[in-house]
Amino acid sequence: MNKTDFLKKHRNDLLLIGGILAVALIAFAVFVLTMKKGDMVTVSVNGVEKFSYSLNENIKTVITTGDNGERSNVLVIQNGEAYVESADCPDKICVGHRSISKVGETIVCLPHKVVVAVVDGN
Amino acid sequence: MKSKTAKITFLGLATACALVLSYVESLLPPIWSAVPGVKVGLPNIVIIYLLYKVSFKSAAAVSFVRIIAVSMLFGNVMIMSYSIAGAVLSLGVMAILKKTKAFSTVGVSIAGAVAHNLGQIIVAMVVMQTKEIGYYMIVLCVTGVLAGIVIGIAGGMLLKYTEKIKL
Repeated sequence: MNKTDFLKKHRNDLLLIGGILAVALIAFAVFVLTMKKGDMVTVSVNGVEKFSYSLNENIKTVITTGDNGERSNVLVIQNGEAYVESADCPDKICVGHRSISKVGETIVCLPHKVVVAVVDGN
Repeated sequence: MKSKTAKITFLGLATACALVLSYVESLLPPIWSAVPGVKVGLPNIVIIYLLYKVSFKSAAAVSFVRIIAVSMLFGNVMIMSYSIAGAVLSLGVMAILKKTKAFSTVGVSIAGAVAHNLGQIIVAMVVMQTKEIGYYMIVLCVTGVLAGIVIGIAGGMLLKYTEKIKL
């Protein structure tokens, strides 16, 4: 297949790819430009806000969840950033997540239904 | 398809094939551990094939039987709700784009992949009661496009090389 055939056959495909990527890029630009540093971290379990901590302190705390508190995620706040140091969830995605510090950033632990979110305290 | 029996047999085989692809995919290491849910979506090759070669109804039936079987074998009800939301949106979008005849299997599968991710994100937003998780959709748009290209090419090749096989 030569180049013009390829373009003819896949013109709409390429437009679709371009369209989706453009939407993602615009959303990303809006997201980055409107991001500001937060000063509070809230921890929600099952959609209910359970705790909140200041980002300006250095804290290490264990978030226990489950009916008998058998599940845990260790949340660390250090130098204005929050991250999950360790957890006993099966996928460890929350542990692998980078530190968060900007308003709207979240670390989500799906198995434990825990959401750590940075918010504007004011 | 000649008879009802032939159709049932064929769709049974297709379901088994989709199930095996789900299992193979679950054995692969996560592509990108920082963003959950990023995968190629190998079973979608079967769905694309059925959508083009048999019918929308067959593709939808195999898709749902696969999801129910995978959820019962390897997952739970929670996983099932995510998968079904993804599958409903994905199948709908793919059927519509296929009908327009404006796209190749690549375009159809890309739209399907992105729609699948969107469905899962919507369920996650409802289940977790947080709209912030919607930001993942930005990343999932890009990975969805990449996954869609891979599956679209694979599905297109499969259709091309089985063109002469009459069902």
